[in-house]
Amino acid sequence: MEKTWNNKAWFMVLPVLLLVAFSAVIPLMTVVNYSVQDTFGNNVFFWAGTEWFEELLHSQRFYDALVRNLIFSAVILAIEVPLGIGIALAMPRKGWAVPVCLVTMALPLLIPWNVVGTIWQVFGRVDIGLLGHTLAAMGVNYNYVQDPFAAWITVVVMDVWHWTSLVVLLCYAGLVSIPEAFYQAARIDGASRWSVFRYIQLPKMHRVLLIAVLLRFMDSFMIYTEPFVVTGGGPGNTTTFMSIDLVKMAIGQFDLGPAAAMSLVYFLIVLLMCWVFYTVMTNYGQEKD
Amino acid sequence: MDFSWMAWTGPTAAFFGVVFLLLLGMGVWEYFAPGGSPRVGLLRFETTRGDRLFLSLLGSAFICLAWLGLVGPNLWWALVLCLVYAACVFRWV
Repeated sequence: MEKTWNNKAWFMVLPVLLLVAFSAVIPLMTVVNYSVQDTFGNNVFFWAGTEWFEELLHSQRFYDALVRNLIFSAVILAIEVPLGIGIALAMPRKGWAVPVCLVTMALPLLIPWNVVGTIWQVFGRVDIGLLGHTLAAMGVNYNYVQDPFAAWITVVVMDVWHWTSLVVLLCYAGLVSIPEAFYQAARIDGASRWSVFRYIQLPKMHRVLLIAVLLRFMDSFMIYTEPFVVTGGGPGNTTTFMSIDLVKMAIGQFDLGPAAAMSLVYFLIVLLMCWVFYTVMTNYGQEKD
Repeated sequence: MDFSWMAWTGPTAAFFGVVFLLLLGMGVWEYFAPGGSPRVGLLRFETTRGDRLFLSLLGSAFICLAWLGLVGPNLWWALVLCLVYAACVFRWV
């Protein structure tokens, strides 16, 4: 059948284009303008050229925060994706338990970021928190305020608690869309549990997994509120991720030029990583289809 | 309308002007040769000319950053390198 081309349909995109221009493009242009200037307020700007970018690219503080971010995202993806798939596979497909599981899974997603941070800040405290107090009673040296390792564990476990549900719900949606005939055919062929997962369930889940990996990568790479509330970037700078550093620079120090340069580099890294993830996963899918 | 809060400068305006012209040019190209001319190139997966422009712009940004970090503030040679890189992307990717 001949496909109908009607370019007038592009006008339907105009409202979205205007909305994106106001909410994203114009602020981004402003950030670019700020990144090549210096200001002391009152809308007075001084030309700085590429100075802030050079300063940033020679700053150990920036590389430290970047490495922390990369390690955090890698750990989060390595835990949340397999765990999410595992939980989704274990969830019931019919009966009264389905809504119970779905609602239970969705609960952490409904809690605002700063509330999650506050919950875990209290939960992990050695003096009044259930987790901190219990671990201390068991003789485990856990103090996220002083020990960098404990701080990292807290931030990672908190993120896993908050966001694994998203991976679970997406995988579950992928799993329930698989027709029963696929499983029947596998049973007739005498396929093992692993073969069913590897050749039926995983390929059928790859589209939702792509979304899950992209969302979790972007979210974890841009994490701010939870570690800010729980550890404040400490002890020392051990949980200071790029977003926390950026806010310190922009609002704490009012260094708008350097902060704008850092946010642009941050944005470019996120854009590159997302493109790589998206390309690899969509092409992997096409080979399999 | 007052746009002074956006802190415009000549060079940044020129930069966005060029990006806008590139997008406009891509629109005109698409009008005369619709379909995006998809092909499988060096990266072994299908790219359209929009993908190739995206790769050129993103790669150019990283080339300029690398130049600033490793060489110095004079970006004219980095610009030449970006143009060569973009030409290679449009030819072989």
